[in-house]
Amino acid sequence: MTTYLAKRIIMLIPLMIGISLISFSVIHLAPGEPVEMQVAMNPKVSKESRERLRKLYGLDKPLHEQYFSWVGKLARFDLGRSFSSDSRPVVEKIKERLPVTLSLNIIALLLEFGLAIPIGIMAATHRDSWLDKGLTIFVFIGFAVPTFWLALLLMYFFGVKLNWLPISGLHTLGSESYGTLHYLWDMAKHLVMPIMVASFGSLAGLSRYMRSSMLNVIGQDYITTARAKGLSERVVIYKHALRNALLPLITLLGFSIPGLIGGSVIFESIYSIPGMGQLFYQSVMSRDYPVVMGILVIGAFLTLIGNLIADVCYAVADPRIRHG
Amino acid sequence: MSAARWFMLLHLCSVLFLVACSQPVTQQKPAGAKDSKPAYGDAIVEGTIGEASTLIPILASDSASHAVAGQIYNGLVKYDKNLNIVGDLAESYDISADGLTIVFHLRHGVKWHDGAPFTSRDVLYTYRVVIDPKTPTAYAEDFKQVKSISALGAYTVKVTYATPFAPALASWGMNILPAHLLEGQDITKSPLTRKPVGTGPYRFKEWIAGQKIVLESNHDYFEGRPWIDRYIYRIIPDTSTMYMEMKAGGVDLMSLTPVQYARQTTTERFTSRFNKYRYPSSGYLYMGYNLRHPLFTDQRVRQALTAAIDKDELIHGVLFGMGQKAHGPIVPGRWAYNPNVKDIAYDPKVASRLLAEAGWKEKNSDGILVRDGKPFRFTILTNQGNQQRLLTAQIVQQRLRFVGIDVKIRIVEWATFLKEFIDKGNFEVVLLAWNISQDPDMYDIWHSSKTNPGELNFIGYKNSEVDRLLVEGRSTFDIEKRKRAYFRIQEILAIDQPYTFLYVPDALPVVSARIRGVEPAPAGIGHNQIKWYVPKDEQVY
Repeated sequence: MTTYLAKRIIMLIPLMIGISLISFSVIHLAPGEPVEMQVAMNPKVSKESRERLRKLYGLDKPLHEQYFSWVGKLARFDLGRSFSSDSRPVVEKIKERLPVTLSLNIIALLLEFGLAIPIGIMAATHRDSWLDKGLTIFVFIGFAVPTFWLALLLMYFFGVKLNWLPISGLHTLGSESYGTLHYLWDMAKHLVMPIMVASFGSLAGLSRYMRSSMLNVIGQDYITTARAKGLSERVVIYKHALRNALLPLITLLGFSIPGLIGGSVIFESIYSIPGMGQLFYQSVMSRDYPVVMGILVIGAFLTLIGNLIADVCYAVADPRIRHG
Repeated sequence: MSAARWFMLLHLCSVLFLVACSQPVTQQKPAGAKDSKPAYGDAIVEGTIGEASTLIPILASDSASHAVAGQIYNGLVKYDKNLNIVGDLAESYDISADGLTIVFHLRHGVKWHDGAPFTSRDVLYTYRVVIDPKTPTAYAEDFKQVKSISALGAYTVKVTYATPFAPALASWGMNILPAHLLEGQDITKSPLTRKPVGTGPYRFKEWIAGQKIVLESNHDYFEGRPWIDRYIYRIIPDTSTMYMEMKAGGVDLMSLTPVQYARQTTTERFTSRFNKYRYPSSGYLYMGYNLRHPLFTDQRVRQALTAAIDKDELIHGVLFGMGQKAHGPIVPGRWAYNPNVKDIAYDPKVASRLLAEAGWKEKNSDGILVRDGKPFRFTILTNQGNQQRLLTAQIVQQRLRFVGIDVKIRIVEWATFLKEFIDKGNFEVVLLAWNISQDPDMYDIWHSSKTNPGELNFIGYKNSEVDRLLVEGRSTFDIEKRKRAYFRIQEILAIDQPYTFLYVPDALPVVSARIRGVEPAPAGIGHNQIKWYVPKDEQVY
């Protein structure tokens, strides 16, 4: 197990270098430059000032030099400063947005798994019944409905018509003066709709996985044996079948980890949530290379770690992998 | 929508998005008719789709930053509600008879938000940092015309120019920065980019990234303490969300889209809670022809294209009527606008005749005009993310098809659009908009020396008379002389049709009825913001 782990960890290094190299080239291949975005179509900017700006950002140097200077900084854990007009350190920009995205995604993820697993089990145990069909329709509606449309409808209904929930943002104006409990309650109210919308869409995939995996397990000989022993259906399903049926979901969970730091642009824009999705989108659109690279590198790193964790979990859950 | 933010051609002084040009300002009946006495207190929440990038305005090129900075800083001069230049931090100014020297007499007793006095040192510092090659600013150009600048004591500044330069005075609307906090530092890394210190009506309180920027009223403001205590910018990137926030009471001031203005905000319930305003914005949409392309070298062809397009239909279909036809590069209502220019009216028959004169006589089996065996076919290029432009392009496509021209539409992401198409002259027709400054100087857009890659006369327009007039117009302070030059330019452009000028959309702000004292004027509604108030019994924050 230790050698397996060590090998996997060493493998991460060349992978990271490869990823950074590819991302760096791709983002520079995209036409347009940060300077262009800031000054284009502005008659008050002369050509000299453009050139000056390019030089300031080091964009006049050959690409490989730019890459090495970036990697050099990265090795010292310095992601550089943003090219946008605020010139702030990339780390700072990511830091102020990461907690929101992360907590939102973790809650949504828990909710997704918390709902999808029981839905999958119920659908499997009541296969082809009205319950199964009803649940299937329900989760597929979630899958098919466009997020922005559903979000706007909910906003109008709960926010404008009923006035139960706040429409957007994270806090009510003036919530700074609330007591701690009131403050948290206020924030929780703001999060209800976004989390609901975020989770609804992913229920279909997860619950269908759970259903088919469960069906697969229920058909196995050892389940027949368990039933033949005279165990109650409850014990058979939740003790014997469920454990085995959960294995594929571990892989899915591993894949979800990098997704935790990424946000959806559409969704964040609609609910005015200052998350990573907006940051990434804006920096790509304005060709803010340091920010783009910073987010990509962190994302790549988490993806690799996520895969590693999934593999380790697998090994823990399944002796065949551990000893294989 | 987001791409529109980049179309910035603003002087630093015309910062508010509420700034517009003169001409009919209409307002729905004022809601909350019973007027109570002004009272201090309450807050105003403005919804903004973009977040400010930096609050040192010379470093910013986005309108969101300038909007916030406009509340915090002042320039030496500003535009008043009728768009005349008046003193701001400068109490008065004198321009020498030859137009080469401007002397600013600064206000006494103005204090920075941290209590330090405002003096000529701040003006000199701001000038020096703007022209400093190490400062990444987009606003150095106007100030490079300055030959010398000096302080005659703590409250007088003398600026000398090498040649008379008409936009010079307005350029001093640039926000003045505090020398005592910035001198000797790297301005891009200054804490003031996030925590600005200015002289303006509102002082900075807090900025929560991605959520809001909160300003507090400056009790010592030299024009008097603003009635409303706090000014809050809420960042809401989605316009539909912002609209719902407003209906739910979370936003007091925002810009409506034409469809929202015309269709969704007409109920009694809405109009009793909000006041809508409507006046021409300071920009126009146009179709620009690449004049280096053989299809568009013939003036008659360009005139024909204009005659084939029904501008009224565009305004009706795209803007729900919330706009007016554009005839030239100056928006109606400005002093430089020539009302006598004869625009080419919509008339497909005239279009066909002009095309026939230019050799486009026969049509092929698809009904497309053909000359020398080649069909009349081109692509309209526009940028991604702007629904109005896409709709406009589609209607134009339809209209041109009627006279036998086959038009394709291509939408390209903004960065690519600039780099690969505009800068390289690699396009046939573009659909774009200009936001124009209060000063009519448009040298950079039309002068033949500005046709190099990356410059703004990207369509390659060359007319020696226009060149001469452009120089004439910017090198005198005499309004009558300038007027003559710009009037003539408009006449020439109306005949040449290097662009088909399409329309000037209206600005459509809406303000909560709780807020009183809003006074629409040629400059929009933002000019008297410090006099806005909320009666005591209606305050909510």
